[in-house]
Amino acid sequence: MLKNKHLLGLAGYPAEDIQTIIDTAFNFREVLERPIKKVPSLQGVTIVNLFFENSTRTRISFELAQKRLSADTVNFSASSSSLKKGESFKDTAQNIEAMKIDAVVMRHPTPGAPKHLTEFIDSIIINAGDGTHEHPTQAILDMMSLHEKFGKLKGLKVAIIGDILHSRVALSNIYGLITMGAEVVLCGPPNLIPHHAEELGVVVNHNINEVLDWADAINVLRIQRERMGKGLIPSIREYRSLFGITSTRLKTLKKEIVVMHPGPINRGVEIDGVVADGDQAIILDQVLNGVASRMAILFLLCSGKKINEES
Amino acid sequence: MPAKKLKSRILLVNGTIIDPYTKQIFLGDILIEEGRISKIGKIISDSNIEKIDCSGKIITHGFCDLHVHFREPGREDKETLESGSMAAMSGGFTRVCVMPNTNPPLDSPEAINFIIKKADECPIYIHPIGAVTKMQAGNDLTEMGLMEKEGAVAFSDDGLPIQDGSMMRIALEYSNLIKVPIINHSEDECLRANGLMNEGVVSTKLGLDGNSDLAESLMVNRDLELADFTNSKLHIPHVSSSKSVDLIRRKKRVNSKISAEVTPHHLYFNEEALNTFDTNLKVAPPIRTESDRRSLIQAIKEGVIDCIATDHAPHTLDDKETTFDLASFGMIGLESCFGIINKVLVKQEGMELLDVISLLTVNPRKIMNFEMDLFKIGRPAEITILDPDVEYIFKKNHIQSLSVNSPFLGETMIGKTQYTISKNILFSNE
Repeated sequence: MLKNKHLLGLAGYPAEDIQTIIDTAFNFREVLERPIKKVPSLQGVTIVNLFFENSTRTRISFELAQKRLSADTVNFSASSSSLKKGESFKDTAQNIEAMKIDAVVMRHPTPGAPKHLTEFIDSIIINAGDGTHEHPTQAILDMMSLHEKFGKLKGLKVAIIGDILHSRVALSNIYGLITMGAEVVLCGPPNLIPHHAEELGVVVNHNINEVLDWADAINVLRIQRERMGKGLIPSIREYRSLFGITSTRLKTLKKEIVVMHPGPINRGVEIDGVVADGDQAIILDQVLNGVASRMAILFLLCSGKKINEES
Repeated sequence: MPAKKLKSRILLVNGTIIDPYTKQIFLGDILIEEGRISKIGKIISDSNIEKIDCSGKIITHGFCDLHVHFREPGREDKETLESGSMAAMSGGFTRVCVMPNTNPPLDSPEAINFIIKKADECPIYIHPIGAVTKMQAGNDLTEMGLMEKEGAVAFSDDGLPIQDGSMMRIALEYSNLIKVPIINHSEDECLRANGLMNEGVVSTKLGLDGNSDLAESLMVNRDLELADFTNSKLHIPHVSSSKSVDLIRRKKRVNSKISAEVTPHHLYFNEEALNTFDTNLKVAPPIRTESDRRSLIQAIKEGVIDCIATDHAPHTLDDKETTFDLASFGMIGLESCFGIINKVLVKQEGMELLDVISLLTVNPRKIMNFEMDLFKIGRPAEITILDPDVEYIFKKNHIQSLSVNSPFLGETMIGKTQYTISKNILFSNE
């Protein structure tokens, strides 16, 4: 059992619980390799996927995880703009809970929205990304993938590269990796790295070649094209030249480093297509581990609820 | 009702009288006749006069708050002049200045007159602050001269800072006609951007857009230089950062027309409190770091900051029970003010009670050119009776405001205002 009722983020999340989730996820990973990939673990548990922001892979990954565990699932999608016009966030949440559900997986554009949700309803809340705050299940699947590759997290040298300022993936990875004893370096344009980043216990280095020399693994973040128009990045050409993960760059290294990317990829911008498709990349393993991790999280958080209510 | 009309003669007996105007502290009684102070000292009374036992308590001037939002006209569901008056009296305040960001804003002599007339029926003294520019839009000066004649005591565009430096210069120059302060919420809109809280390690951890202290201090610097150049009265509201304090300190050494205020919440909280995503702590300017808080306290001790103002900003539950980006800025502050200020400045920082009371009485009155000698014989009684030592948890039943958006709910307060006398009305918190 995990110490916290909800999974809101990895800030302050206990190391032993992260390890429990990863260990459980490896068990579910085996289930996913079987011909029949379904277990009855969450039969009778109802989970709502409450998505206030567009998402393809995270939502599908959660849905698959829920189906593999035999949970009943409902999907709710609303753009935040329609929400602003009509029903409040609180009303939406309370209405859905009134239909007797057990857990909510929520994505929301605003940091802290899952925390506020815990104040409005009693269900188990799992954060599937809240604005530029956290994306804990992504960080757990990233750590599981690193664990699979290296057999450990402690002492690993992990670089996170790209737009750190607007990234919930970066923040959850920083919290999780530091808790698990890894070392973290952030690399990207200075205006896309928070001014106070080093106070989080990481090192900031803007020189991509030095960072690649140092790292065991890199997590390459997507550069959102909408950032380009706002003067944050001068051009794709400049970004690729200063921070792009190109095959030329990787070839000059003395060792093979592991390349991760949370997707979706901008081929030729933050990462070369050949690199993304190459042997060093574990991007598709991350996707599979995503389903296994989310099964583990749902199982560990929601099966307790099932037992409590039956007893 | 906690408020009732005073008896024609009432005797405040055996209190510790603190007069922040003469800076005297002595044991004694105060006789109020027909709402006016009639005698102060040792008073031998007859038995049929109504008495308020003040033993163990402090009798002092009614507090004065230069910065409140009473939401009338426009949002009477959040606060009215009447409900705001009750909130003020509950907090020991007998005189407040209301900000012009109403709907419509107080940007004309007629709007000022509306407040003056309504205020006349209220149990405290309410002074309107007029808008500097029409519709607070930052483009055209309001009829400041006519508005002052109607009763405007200062001018401010409140939460909409005057971004254009030349407009600010014009406003300051023009204000020399009427010699009242210009109050500018100092915040550079471009630097603030979508900032929801102080930019720092906590905003980084929470992923909330940060609002850097530079957004404040750069505009404070501009305003100080402009006020110097135009030789006008400038009042800087709710100073929140160490950088701004340094600039004000330097300028005040050479310019006596500068004044500044700080809120109880900036003196009490630091940004760590935002870790809970409590929308009641979403306020403009934002709560900053512990080091900023220390600087604000130091500035109070040195007199760099002149007074306390609450920036009482009522909002409905719906405005606050939402996600952080959509929640309104602001918190109520009148009822919780003394219990917080006394706790921080007297109990934790060791300041003298007389000096802390001055921050709520003579100092703000001086800035606005209000009468400061409140214990003068014959003057209408504006009196606060308080217990500086009582400890209690601040709860909803301590709130008189129509709104309850206070992050102080659940906090331990030290010191409580128990009776407030104003305009021949006695308000009791008992």
